[in-house]
Amino acid sequence: MNIYSRPVVFAIVAAVVVLIGTVVTTFIPMMLPTTQPVSKYVKPYTAIELEGRDIYIREGCNNCHTQTVRPLVTEVARYGEYSKPEEFAYDRPFLWGSRRTGPDLARVGGKYPDSWHYQHTVNPQSMFARSNMPPFRWLAERKLDTSWSYRKVSVLGYGYSREEVEKQIKEFRAKVTSPDYPAKRIRDQVTPPPLRGDITELDALVAYLQKLGRDLKELRKKETAGVAAAAEVPRSNPYSGNREAAEKGKEIFEKNCQVCHGKEGGGGIGPNLRDEKWIYGSKDSDLYESISRGRKGGMPPFGNRLSSEDIWKVITYIRTLGEE
Amino acid sequence: MKSPTPGESVAKGFAFSSIFWLIIGLVVGLYLALEMFLPQLNFAPWIAFGRLRVVHTNGLAFGFGLGGIFACSYYMLEKLTRKELVFPKLAKFHLYLFNVAILLAAISLFAGMNTSKEYAELEWPLDVVVVIMWVIFAVNVFATLIKRREKQMYISLWYILAMTVTVAILYIVNNLEVPVNLFKSYSAYAGVNDANVQWWYGHNAVGFVFTVPILAMFYYFFPKSIGIPIYSHRLSIVSFWSLVFAYLWTGAHHLMLTPLPEWIQTVGLAFSIFLIAPSWGSVINGYYTLRGNWDKMRTNYLTKFFILGITFYGLQTIQGPTQALRSLTSFFHYTDWVVGHVHMGTMGWVTMTIMASFYYLIPKLAGRELYSEKLANQSFWLVLIGQLLYTVTMWIAGIMQGAMWKATNPDGSLTYSFVNVVAAMYPYWKIRFVGGVVYLAGILVFLYNMVKTASSGSQAA
Repeated sequence: MNIYSRPVVFAIVAAVVVLIGTVVTTFIPMMLPTTQPVSKYVKPYTAIELEGRDIYIREGCNNCHTQTVRPLVTEVARYGEYSKPEEFAYDRPFLWGSRRTGPDLARVGGKYPDSWHYQHTVNPQSMFARSNMPPFRWLAERKLDTSWSYRKVSVLGYGYSREEVEKQIKEFRAKVTSPDYPAKRIRDQVTPPPLRGDITELDALVAYLQKLGRDLKELRKKETAGVAAAAEVPRSNPYSGNREAAEKGKEIFEKNCQVCHGKEGGGGIGPNLRDEKWIYGSKDSDLYESISRGRKGGMPPFGNRLSSEDIWKVITYIRTLGEE
Repeated sequence: MKSPTPGESVAKGFAFSSIFWLIIGLVVGLYLALEMFLPQLNFAPWIAFGRLRVVHTNGLAFGFGLGGIFACSYYMLEKLTRKELVFPKLAKFHLYLFNVAILLAAISLFAGMNTSKEYAELEWPLDVVVVIMWVIFAVNVFATLIKRREKQMYISLWYILAMTVTVAILYIVNNLEVPVNLFKSYSAYAGVNDANVQWWYGHNAVGFVFTVPILAMFYYFFPKSIGIPIYSHRLSIVSFWSLVFAYLWTGAHHLMLTPLPEWIQTVGLAFSIFLIAPSWGSVINGYYTLRGNWDKMRTNYLTKFFILGITFYGLQTIQGPTQALRSLTSFFHYTDWVVGHVHMGTMGWVTMTIMASFYYLIPKLAGRELYSEKLANQSFWLVLIGQLLYTVTMWIAGIMQGAMWKATNPDGSLTYSFVNVVAAMYPYWKIRFVGGVVYLAGILVFLYNMVKTASSGSQAA
């Protein structure tokens, strides 16, 4: 029998041949526990975070941003702990991406305050002049459509009741429209007045970005809570008044701090560092604590990115700012 | 001139539809290339990079690529079976449905309706349309093959059959999703599984749309244009079966060093390296077909399209597997290097071969001589130079990006912030745009030649 003169037989043989690799590498793994691990520390998205995720998909953010940190030294240094399979248990679809025109976002949650994202998403070039990210102004000008939210979380099987979804939306609205919302000033700047009392698409997107990688970070925080508390914070600056250290501190400041605190600490998203006002105390050890561990109002922790010497050098530089 | 067969007339329709979507796709590509260094061009939602890139990839892969594949498949099907299409009206309907589907696809992607899975972005109602369209095509393929007058099926028909069967499996499995409403759905798979299914699909979309049917064209139109039969039938049998067997194992090389189980990555890597063999089986078959007749590179203008096309296929199939190696993937993945790699395959191999097939096909369909061989030669050089400028620039940019991302200071801290690396890329992104302009110029010359041939070339003897 010659299959080259029997098209139907040929097609069946071809189908069998292509299905062998398919079954082994794709169908069998579907049933294995290693491709669908679950873990208690990974929480599903809230209805609002999911809406933000859908906006992320709609705008095609995944075309430029990946969401998986590889186990490579420089990648962990740049983005944080490498990605674990269980972190994606609730991701339908997955959003790992294939190109990093912009940075990876798997660990962006909690890295910056909400205000950072409001300003950056709407006008990236105002924070990084050479960035090529599109300014997504329209997200702040659109009210979030929540009419499908319940259906969405039900399709995904997140297990929220209709009342829970409504409560999540209501609480989120209360949070972002509250006069005490830490990002209020920047949010009001980018949001048109009629929408300030409502949830915009940008609000939901920011909520989603803040969720990325957050579960693992919280877990690590819990694990190391005792250790961190025990670690002693040095009380005074070993470089106090050292001109060379201040120079180095200036470099570090420009790379890490200037985006929020402005050029020479003039203020921006973060408070002015040139004046006499210190929200969390004016002692060297207070500043060290703010930089190393972060503060609730939005200051991200830099303890894992900057060495203790570098933090002191930045403080040395900051002390020179109010001088002239 | 005798009246055209049903296969010929539908092939003509698909050929010109395909060129139309090619121009649209390339213009969108040029705009994207500009946005890479002029972010202010993202002034409205529908034109922002994230949405537009998907229009570019889908428009070219499916509007241009599939259009060309359908044109050549219908033509080859009739010639190689010596039988007219069994269902001519169905084929005609296929042509209309195809163009409507591509138009709706473009509109929906502009509107942001998109599943995010690469090359499978269309939302579920359009997935249904695609499946219906595929069945319509398959009906004619099988019916005509069953009623054929030629006993043996030639190599090209194997490749068309393999595509027909495999694309159906790939498309349906990867697009399984649960609708939320008419415009939105969620994937049936979650996380790691979704990634695995997607890149099994994604890589084999490359395999069974950008490789298998293009090889079908190569095996038919190349020997036809030079009047020499293919070098080895046995080599083509071996490379066909080993290619279609090995391809399906390799998707995981897109997911190296991700949370995908390591054994799947390693299997994908091993089969990727193996794939060099069957790929080069076809390359060698092409080169040896010309043995003793290499002067045809000079005397027959189409020879150089096919030979350069298959050469880029050969380079592509060495570069691809090496990129999968763990040491190299850790450096190159996510950089512009991979963008260069993709574009060598699409601009070099796929487009060059489809162009060559059309240069052969369209004069035949129009019953006229080619309008201008000189213009055909000019289109060759413009397309070649544009492509090389594009891909080589992207490789250099990729090496720089990879190196800057990995650079560390003596104390172990990173040398460059992310935006430092972006800023270093601007010169390369500008040169890439120039490459794209040269390439589009070549394609416009090609379009002009084809339109002139169809409308006013001299009657064939």
